[in-house]
Amino acid sequence: MNQPFTIFSRLLHWLMAILILAMLFIGVGMVASLTDYGWLVQIHKPIGALILVLVVVRLINRLLHPAPPLPTGMPGWQRFAAHASHVVLYVLMFALPLVGWGMLSAVHTPVVLYGSLHLPPILPADAMLYAKLRTAHTVLALLLFLTFLAHLGAALMHALIFRDGVFDSMTSGRNQS
Amino acid sequence: MPRDPSPSYRLPSFDDKPALVKLVIIGGIVACVAAAFAWTGGWLSPGKVTPARFVNAFETDNGHHPGFRRNHAKGVCITGTFASNGAGAKLSKAVVFENGSSVPVMGRFALSDAVPDVSDGPKHVRSMALSFRLPDGEEWRSGMNDIPVFPFATAQDFYDLLVATKPDPATGKPNPDTVKAYFGGHPKTAGAIQTIGSHPFPSGFANASYNGLNAFRFIAADGTVTPVRWSMVAVDAFAPEAAEAPSTDKNYLFEAFGQRIAQGPVQWHLVVTIGKPEDPTKDATIAWPDDREKVDVGTLTIDHTEAEADGNCRDINYDPLVLPSGIEGSDDPLLSARSAVYAQSYKRRSGEEKTPSAVQINDTAKAP
Repeated sequence: MNQPFTIFSRLLHWLMAILILAMLFIGVGMVASLTDYGWLVQIHKPIGALILVLVVVRLINRLLHPAPPLPTGMPGWQRFAAHASHVVLYVLMFALPLVGWGMLSAVHTPVVLYGSLHLPPILPADAMLYAKLRTAHTVLALLLFLTFLAHLGAALMHALIFRDGVFDSMTSGRNQS
Repeated sequence: MPRDPSPSYRLPSFDDKPALVKLVIIGGIVACVAAAFAWTGGWLSPGKVTPARFVNAFETDNGHHPGFRRNHAKGVCITGTFASNGAGAKLSKAVVFENGSSVPVMGRFALSDAVPDVSDGPKHVRSMALSFRLPDGEEWRSGMNDIPVFPFATAQDFYDLLVATKPDPATGKPNPDTVKAYFGGHPKTAGAIQTIGSHPFPSGFANASYNGLNAFRFIAADGTVTPVRWSMVAVDAFAPEAAEAPSTDKNYLFEAFGQRIAQGPVQWHLVVTIGKPEDPTKDATIAWPDDREKVDVGTLTIDHTEAEADGNCRDINYDPLVLPSGIEGSDDPLLSARSAVYAQSYKRRSGEEKTPSAVQINDTAKAP
């Protein structure tokens, strides 16, 4: 662990962390609420669209500025878990907004961003397709939440137990040794 | 964060108390986030009325009818156009109200019952649901009923009635004492049902007027906000419904509409009632005073009907919060609740195998 993530990478990470965690709570909360469903759905759509834009930016940034290498002492299974969980996180960050957009397209419901600004449909109207995408949206969201919990736990392990600079590389960036 | 010069990647041993404390803290943080998520999702509150539990109550009371709406289950599709006369443009910037605007409409007539093969009969509340397809891809959906007020001010009141009218396993009918106790504890609903029962029901779908019941907000181009309720007022002359069903045909109301439309298009005026500041916008059990200003903003012309099928009105969720720019929901709590419960009903029925609707009228025999 010789260099931290770039400032832009860290900024993107923490901005998206807030947005994604908020979206997971908004999503699970709105489908369980009669009173707050309306306004929560209304903000769920533009935030989802924003996350989709940000994840495109983030993937390009990641290809241009690869993540710093993991500490050489890390056991193989932990390295594998770190890489695999990040692949899962990236796939889900793309998949959830796309599935959400697709499922609303399948019921001909405009994805309203603000005022009359809305996204065009990306799939034909098809109720059975909606049913499948709607289920997928829930399953993928729960998977994303579980992956997030693992990510959070692992980050705290690096910060408090291993103290190997991995956590600092995404926070202060002041860990150049 | 202080850095260990040669970090160990093993879990701390039992002798290393400070490290064990840290491990417990980490576990605690992760568990707290997971618990907050579960609480937000309603999994820790079995008594909370969620959209899923609301739809469960419909299914408990009325049986499970796969593929059909969990309420307003028996219906037929209608299509036509809405032509604006421009009078609504001063109230709302929605493009659907521009002078000369004409948009296609995909709608549905239904009985308000939750059983898809219920017999048509007197005093069955009828509904008109509409999806206005605006030219730029925006959409306006509305579900309206031919009653003057809605029986419930809140979703909880509605849910409580579904629970109170749950069939008794012994008799197969609701327990009369439970129902009586419900109305004793819900005077608003009791009053609204009296208002509904004493208003004259029309003889058919075509001569019925349909009220949006919930209040909305119209947003004008200059930002002015106007509280409104809207109605589709029938052009066909009102005729009162007979006390007894005029036919033994289970679908006589729908059949009569099929015969009516075979003679020519059926029309309604979209009339917007403008609320005053003192008019309640969050209580659909209370009608606004009759003297409120009413604006006729355009004409709905229905020229085609067909049985529910793949891709037509059957597959539309008439969510009252699918609105174009220029129309917003009010503080009426029923709007969010309807939106949530309709979504839950749609989620369930969209994935189920479909069986044909009891109503199979269509106007293909109509002269061109």
